[in-house]
Amino acid sequence: MRFVLNDDQVALRDGIRALCVGKFPMARVREGFDAAVWKELADAGVFSLPDLRFGLAEEAVVVEELGRALVPGPLVWGVLAHSADEVVTGASAGLVAHAKMADRLLGDPDDLAPVANPIDPLTPVHTTGAAAITDYQRPGAILTAAYMVGMAAACTDAAVAYAKEREQFDTPIGRFQSIKHLLADSFVRAELARAAVHAAAVDPTDRSASAAKILAGDAAVANAKTSFQVHGGMGFTWEVDVHLYLKRAWILDRQFGTTDEHADALSA
Amino acid sequence: MDLTDSAVEAAFRAEVRAWLDTTLPPLSAPPAREDWEARRSFDTDWQKRLFDAGYAGIDWSTDYGGRGATPGEHLVFLEEMAAARAPNVGVNFVGLLHAGPTLIAEGTAEQKARYLPAILRGDEVWCQGFSEPSAGSDLASLRTRAVRDGDDYIVSGHKIWTSFAQVAERAELLVRTDPDASKHKGISWLVLDMDTPGIDVRPLKTVLGSSEFSELYLDEVRVPAANLVGPEHDGWRVAMVTFSFERGTSLVGEMLETRRRVEELRPAAQLAGYRREYGRIVAELDGVWALTRRAVSEAAEHGAPGPSASVGKLAYTEVVQRVGDLALKCLEGGSLSLDNTYVEERLRVLALTVAAGTSQIQRNIIGERILGLPR
Ligand SMILES: Cc1cc2nc3c(=O)[nH]c(=O)nc-3n(C[C@H](O)[C@H](O)[C@H](O)COP(=O)(O)OP(=O)(O)OC[C@H]3O[C@@H](n4cnc5c(N)ncnc54)[C@H](O)[C@@H]3O)c2cc1C
Repeated sequence: MRFVLNDDQVALRDGIRALCVGKFPMARVREGFDAAVWKELADAGVFSLPDLRFGLAEEAVVVEELGRALVPGPLVWGVLAHSADEVVTGASAGLVAHAKMADRLLGDPDDLAPVANPIDPLTPVHTTGAAAITDYQRPGAILTAAYMVGMAAACTDAAVAYAKEREQFDTPIGRFQSIKHLLADSFVRAELARAAVHAAAVDPTDRSASAAKILAGDAAVANAKTSFQVHGGMGFTWEVDVHLYLKRAWILDRQFGTTDEHADALSA
Repeated sequence: MDLTDSAVEAAFRAEVRAWLDTTLPPLSAPPAREDWEARRSFDTDWQKRLFDAGYAGIDWSTDYGGRGATPGEHLVFLEEMAAARAPNVGVNFVGLLHAGPTLIAEGTAEQKARYLPAILRGDEVWCQGFSEPSAGSDLASLRTRAVRDGDDYIVSGHKIWTSFAQVAERAELLVRTDPDASKHKGISWLVLDMDTPGIDVRPLKTVLGSSEFSELYLDEVRVPAANLVGPEHDGWRVAMVTFSFERGTSLVGEMLETRRRVEELRPAAQLAGYRREYGRIVAELDGVWALTRRAVSEAAEHGAPGPSASVGKLAYTEVVQRVGDLALKCLEGGSLSLDNTYVEERLRVLALTVAAGTSQIQRNIIGERILGLPR
């Protein structure tokens, strides 16, 4: 056993992180998904990792970085389908994200109906009737979990940075133990979820996939809430990014099985 | 200890219910969130109806135009309002639920006569200018300066998170009148007329997509010294009176609305397999409601609640987060749109563990001022 990232995986992680910092700053992310986003990710090789003989573990490493930056789009579907040239999305649990933008729609869902005023301003969604079960259920759950680990870690980082800089009572709020404990719990949730996602990515079973989706889903939602609380009034503004993370986490919880559905599966 | 309606309360309940039965149906639908003029007129129009029917300021003394009802009748009234889905207090929140009560407790006879009837009739909307960019939890570090000049104060500073500022005629304003005193000692509580020259209101967009609060820039704004509420430099104590209402009674109406919403969620929760979490939430909200009834009874006997208001505030604002989470899980497709009221509520209540003192601050108050733990 050697359960750490190898040199290639570290290089991949750092490369994608640098790509996101350079090409997908929040100002751009807030403009939402478009074909250019897909093209740039495709050019960077995000949708053709198997061509480099990379597998699910490397895909999880890459997708986590996209989640950290909250890059919009049906990116997990693109990775699953190895679709560099066409934008693909798919149906999962009665909803399709970014259906309008997609060249190809997996799962052949019936009765697409747009959702007005969708909860995540960066993710247009359609509800659907029946859809074919794709082969992607298990890796989809793992990669969605990877994306949510990135989101959870980004929420911890943003809240930690704010806690070091914001002062009340003549001291950084991070000095208060209640804030330290909130942030420590936030960090632990993301670490736990990342370990579970990596375990699932190298040994994908129904059980490991469910554990990953549960822990990452809970971490993404809980860490966004913690970040809200640490940001005080600022957290309630549109301008601060935390709401975008929380809203995305709610949408992603609905893809490839909710945390509750996976918990049911694990207790069956 | 008795929780049943007395004969008088039962009769009052029937009267309120009958009034709501005839008054609510012709009411127009509430306006869109970002249409502030319409929101203002919808909410103040409702307040006028309450006033005309004798239900405005139900718990306020008749001396100030209130109904002078008992705490029991007050809660009966709020229960019936929530059950009938009557409009909530809306933009009248500050005036009715904490500025007005503060004036009743601390204002002069002239101030009461001048401000209270206008609040009850829905003629004047209030906002709260307490927080500043660098004075949130540490409110006592506020820097907005008020310098005495003859019969006026000249006020300059920067307030933030001022809810309803776009539509308000008055503000309850905390200012620093003595910069040399220790931070809690040099503060005063003023009434600010929002049409005074030198006030710039800049709305801020919230996570709901609408501008629920604003920044308030004050540049040499003249405020008559007669607008001082309570003694000069004693504003921190007056602000604590305001907080005891804001953290206590001001949440009662919304608690009842939450209870109604949770009741309406019951079938969906059963269907979606969330019986136990649902049951726990019902129990906690019942507990919060029992605590509220106790607090209201005690306040009637012993006066303003003081730090114990933090207990109910903390309990309610935390459980209501779980109500929202449960609703999102139960609503299936409905949970995807911000147009769904449960979704909108889920986002709105995120603010409740921050506004009026964060949950961390409430815990500090409970730990230090109730339990006597070392600071
Ligand atoms: C929707 C909404 C409406 C509002 N409306 C109004 C209004 O109308 N008028 C008005 O004046 N204000 C209003 N507020 C402001 C509100 O009162 C402040 O946001 C609140 O007091 C917190 O201050 P802050 O935002 O500066 O956060 P900060 O004080 O900076 O807090 C940041 C974090 O640090 C924590 N923290 C700070 N000090 C301590 C400590 N000693 N121990 C432990 N933790 C600590 C807090 O709990 C929080 O998690 C509103 C806020 C919201 C969200």
